[in-house]
Amino acid sequence: MENTTASPAMPAEETGAAPDFRVKMKTRNVNVHYAEKHALRDVSLDIGEREVTALIGPSGCGKSTFLRCLNRMNDTIDICRVTGVLELDGQDIYDAGVDVVQLRASIGMVFQKPNPFPKSIFDNVAYGPRVHGLFSNKSDLEEVVVQSLRKAGLFDEVKDRLGDPGTSLSGGQQQRLCIARAIAVGPEVILMDEPCSSLDPIATARIEELIDELRQNFTIVIVTHSMQQAARVSQKTAFFHLGDLIEQGETPQIFTNPRHEKTQGYITGRFG
Amino acid sequence: MASEHIVSAFDQELNELKNKVSEMGGLAESQLVNALEAMQRRDTDLASRTIESDARVDEMEHEIDAFVVQLLALRQPVASDLREIIVALKISSDLERIADYATNVAKRTMTLAQSPQVRPAHAIPRMGRLAISMIFDVLDSYSDRDTQKAIAVWRRDEELDEMYISLFRELLTYMMEDARSISSCTHLLFIAKNIERVGDHATNIAESIYYLVEGRPLLQSRPKGGDEEYDRVDAPPDR
Repeated sequence: MENTTASPAMPAEETGAAPDFRVKMKTRNVNVHYAEKHALRDVSLDIGEREVTALIGPSGCGKSTFLRCLNRMNDTIDICRVTGVLELDGQDIYDAGVDVVQLRASIGMVFQKPNPFPKSIFDNVAYGPRVHGLFSNKSDLEEVVVQSLRKAGLFDEVKDRLGDPGTSLSGGQQQRLCIARAIAVGPEVILMDEPCSSLDPIATARIEELIDELRQNFTIVIVTHSMQQAARVSQKTAFFHLGDLIEQGETPQIFTNPRHEKTQGYITGRFG
Repeated sequence: MASEHIVSAFDQELNELKNKVSEMGGLAESQLVNALEAMQRRDTDLASRTIESDARVDEMEHEIDAFVVQLLALRQPVASDLREIIVALKISSDLERIADYATNVAKRTMTLAQSPQVRPAHAIPRMGRLAISMIFDVLDSYSDRDTQKAIAVWRRDEELDEMYISLFRELLTYMMEDARSISSCTHLLFIAKNIERVGDHATNIAESIYYLVEGRPLLQSRPKGGDEEYDRVDAPPDR
């Protein structure tokens, strides 16, 4: 390759420098088609271990599509075709031998709108461990539920009413319940698709604080429409536009001195 | 960045901020022009008007400070917008200092005008002209986002430093030869030092403009005019 200038959208290894962080998930030349529509083009992005990677970009840019590739959520869409390399700890997650249910336990997901099951708070969190048989007796399960609720910063608020329906909680609490539910099956990566879009600023701040705590133990990828949120919670930011990954980098660099004009335009509110 | 924000009010505010900084720059520049003119013509009237109008520069600095705080709080700017706003804050503080030095020159002029003129006074206007040209050009480069011009100003400070050092030596010589000139020469020395400091603030502004445009600091080391000011200077040998 003649051009020696690093493209802002290239992962470190392709620019000749070794990445200065441990890569948890590696993606190379990921392409996604929905029938005829080419939704994602040649996306190559490294997801750093135990840090928060924010995916930003205008609606329809492919950021949620990319997020959903990371735990094969797109498998559920018939017309969707994913190609390219997607690895978790060096293992191809699209390999024919991969158990998708197990994969999604390792790479959990939290959605835009809190979606607790119509069950008790306890059973919401216990659901995953029960499905995956992750406990040997009742007190083991209780321990998993309590620890998950604690890690999700919800335990103190619900400890006296674990039998109440999950849907009886406030929006912010419901979202933390969903995070506890994702944590309960012992994931390594947590994907979050606009987890605060239906929450008020206080509930949002609590989730953001929680995300910051969670990154001690988990790798987090978050899609957000709020640039300020991306700036507040993430260590790395990737900017998508019309199916292309335009720029990726350290969050402070992206928000103070983006290299690409499109990134600059988007984060400063010059085009939507 | 040429294109406009989706929220046009933000564009208007950034323009207003830029205009305020330019206006303050013009004011600081004219303060220095007037102070030096007053010194050269020994015009105490002009000097005293210059001292009075410094308040307007301070007022503009406060206006810019308040506006910057408001923009940061309400617009949460990032990237080039953030740099635009931070740099406005920094430049206005440099301009305020420049105007302060002009005021100092004017104050010393009031005193100098009471005593007979000493010869080295002639070198001061030359230094002053250089400092004024630096401010003029650096403000121009701020308006035009012209980093080349900003760097040129930044380099020119060396010349100003050298002029100051040579004036410093000249004034010392005068003072050693004629003790009656010490009072006037000391005032001139302080005036020269003030002008030299104006140059330093002009280079600060040049650095800010570079950062504003390029998004990274100007890291080369600036040529300096030497440290002779700190040298020990002995009385000339008896003749």
